[in-house]
Amino acid sequence: MSQPLNLPRWIDIGLLPLWNLAIALLAAGLVVRGIGQDPLHAFGAMLQGALGSVRGIGYTLYYTTSFIFTGLAVAVAFHGGLFNIGGEGQATLGGLGVALTALAFPQLPAPVLLPMLVIAAALFGMAWALVPAWLQAWRGSHIVITTIMFNFLGASLNVYLLVNWLRPIGDMAVESADFSDAARMPALHELAARFGLELPSSPLNLSFVLALAACVFVWWFLWKSGAGYKLRAVGSSPRAAHYAGIAPRYQILLAMALSGALAGLVGVNEISGVQGKLTLDFVAGAGFTGIAVALMGRNHPIGIVLASLLFGVLYQGGAEVSFDIPDFSREMVVTAQGLIVLFAGAMAMVSAPLFARLYARFKRHG
Amino acid sequence: MQAAVRLTGISKRFGAVQANREVSLAVASGTVHGLVGENGAGKSTLMAILYGYYQADAGQIEIEGQPARIGNSFDAIALGIGMVHQHFMLVDTLSALDNVMLGAEPGFFLAAGKKQVRIKLEALMAETGLNVRLDARVDTLPVGELQRLEILKALYRGARILILDEPTAVLTPQETTQLFETLARLRERGTTILLITHKLGEVMALCDAVTVMRQGQVVQTLAIADATTEKLAEAMVGRRVDLGRPAGSAQAGEVLLDAKDLRLRSESGVAALDGVGLQLRAGEIVGVAGVSGNGQSELLEVLAGMQAPEAGTLALGDARFEPARWLDPARARELKLAHVPEDRHACGMVLSFPAWETAALGYHENAEYRGGPAGLAMNQAVMRRRTTEMQERFDVRPRNIDLGSSKFSGGNQQKLILAREIGQAPRVLLVGQPTRGVDIGAIEFIHGQLRALRDAGCAVLLVSSELDEILALADRVVVMNAGRVTGELAIADCDEKKLGLLMASTKAAA
Repeated sequence: MSQPLNLPRWIDIGLLPLWNLAIALLAAGLVVRGIGQDPLHAFGAMLQGALGSVRGIGYTLYYTTSFIFTGLAVAVAFHGGLFNIGGEGQATLGGLGVALTALAFPQLPAPVLLPMLVIAAALFGMAWALVPAWLQAWRGSHIVITTIMFNFLGASLNVYLLVNWLRPIGDMAVESADFSDAARMPALHELAARFGLELPSSPLNLSFVLALAACVFVWWFLWKSGAGYKLRAVGSSPRAAHYAGIAPRYQILLAMALSGALAGLVGVNEISGVQGKLTLDFVAGAGFTGIAVALMGRNHPIGIVLASLLFGVLYQGGAEVSFDIPDFSREMVVTAQGLIVLFAGAMAMVSAPLFARLYARFKRHG
Repeated sequence: MQAAVRLTGISKRFGAVQANREVSLAVASGTVHGLVGENGAGKSTLMAILYGYYQADAGQIEIEGQPARIGNSFDAIALGIGMVHQHFMLVDTLSALDNVMLGAEPGFFLAAGKKQVRIKLEALMAETGLNVRLDARVDTLPVGELQRLEILKALYRGARILILDEPTAVLTPQETTQLFETLARLRERGTTILLITHKLGEVMALCDAVTVMRQGQVVQTLAIADATTEKLAEAMVGRRVDLGRPAGSAQAGEVLLDAKDLRLRSESGVAALDGVGLQLRAGEIVGVAGVSGNGQSELLEVLAGMQAPEAGTLALGDARFEPARWLDPARARELKLAHVPEDRHACGMVLSFPAWETAALGYHENAEYRGGPAGLAMNQAVMRRRTTEMQERFDVRPRNIDLGSSKFSGGNQQKLILAREIGQAPRVLLVGQPTRGVDIGAIEFIHGQLRALRDAGCAVLLVSSELDEILALADRVVVMNAGRVTGELAIADCDEKKLGLLMASTKAAA
């Protein structure tokens, strides 16, 4: 039996996450110190690289885009009481959907083709998530296990299709043929150029707007729609949902369908927005980062945007630091990311009792 | 006489709630002292402070004349305080003996220790009459024996002061009598007993003195000779309450629900329902009496469509149901069958939802709650307005529709659920344990609502483990034991003793 914590909202969702982030950075700083580097210098270089230039910001927001999609995917499943670890595989399939559609309709104009690509990405991601969902709902196979397995299957499927079917004959690289120009999601610097604005080139593309739209949709779906009401009922109290006549099975399908569709949209950002062709391993861990993003963002769209931004800074800034400081390896960046996930995600509530005590003392005297 | 426990000026605050305010209490050594009060009156907090779960913000504790600091339950045990919780703290898969020994093993070697413990326990059992089969696995023991085991466990640890939290909630009337005889014997050998309860009859039967708490404060402490049930009830609630049976009952009309030969096995293969038949008529309240766990819960779930039986039929108005195509909860609501579930936390509400979302649970598909394009969105304005109306009509406090469902007290949660279910003007209402963990003021209100519903022509099925409740409400009583109906009585023929015997009998009614 422990005493209930009484934390005001501004501490719970404001001060506490910042404090956790500070601890994580402190720990990362100690590690950097340990390998003989100057933490402040590295930190400065990271911020400079991520936010110090328009180009850097472009890269940061490009990473942010993918993290928003996968973070939302994890959050939607979570509100339905499910832990979707399969973002990686669902995103891979989303990319496959984009590629197959783009290669099948090379003659279509962009205004027709681009919406088709978005829909294809969502449908492919959805389909890949629905198999584990069905297995969970009707056969009781644990969704954590099946979605992990489907990550491997998705990656293997991608390799197989690329090597045996999609690779142009005689080409050595394991990639598909280039898409038509109409199948490229316009980059932001290209759009800006049309309005006479000169921006340095970066991979940031219109998918970012799509990601923000997805945030609004998820918010509406979860807290305004009837389907979201039922989904949250099942997620937080399966017995009460059963009592209320809500069939949990269909809610599992719905949660995973939506989750998979959101993860699939990573394919739009990466394949249509950046690569312009199907490649291997283009998801690059964004599916897993989505779990950390959702955890930090408390499964709320606004929190997810903020957490995605943080991870975008880490990815982009980290890449710059390892470029800037030769001894500062890529692994070092991964270590820092790991510490942030640990302190701000998994151990998010460790400091809560401390703040509760301080707050109680402050209130008594104040 | 010396006070075994003396609490002086105990205060405890949780956030905005002052759970205990300047509570002072003296319990004379070797007496049974009752502690009564509504839910949320601060009884449990006070006992938790005495047992070391919580630290008081202010105040002193004296045990047997010595000032004491009780930082945790180990301190409490060392001071000779024992606690028997409402929910037993036993390990199901261990034997009774192992449970007593757990955490208090006398030595490094188990076998030698066991022998020692057994000798001590047998002496203790002979002295107190607390007979328990020491070698039986705990999950095979009946409830009454488990409770004796809990008391034995506390005494083995040297308890001279025993706190019992609602000890009779799970017992039959006969088991209760037996428990009280045991407690009386413990008192004779000098044990001090603090009895937390809301059953005033028990206080009058056993206690030497009684303290009434309300809103975190002591209202009064009385010697039992000066107390009456009415006086205590009035002190608890702060006004006169009437839980008696009003004169007259409505005439039963047409049959609205007819269940025949329901059979259902639990997961472990035991027959939970073993050929139960039941008819509900318009304008009557049928009470289902029985010790918890004799099929009443399963009966409710089957009739509400939450679970299909293995055999049997159900007629609900004109609709007929067979096991293969059983009623489901959504269809039940369409057929105007409402259900107030036994477990309101797990079933009746989604605890993480605010009140206004919980108030639509089960009726969320109703046209008035839907809005937006093609009815895809919830009409939150209507949901909120309806919740405000429910809170007004059923006096749900606090009147805050945005408060989380889990933040309301038990009675107010129950009122909100009742408001939701009754608000749909059902033809049949199934109610499970409507007043479990609900304070007296709310019980009076809930009983009134159920009677009004009956008078309006609704058929009500009332499952309750409180005989008093069934006797106060029902027009007809069905007794269940081991998944069978062991008796059916018109209310005029009922008394506590007759029902108690039927609850304990295993023969099906002729």
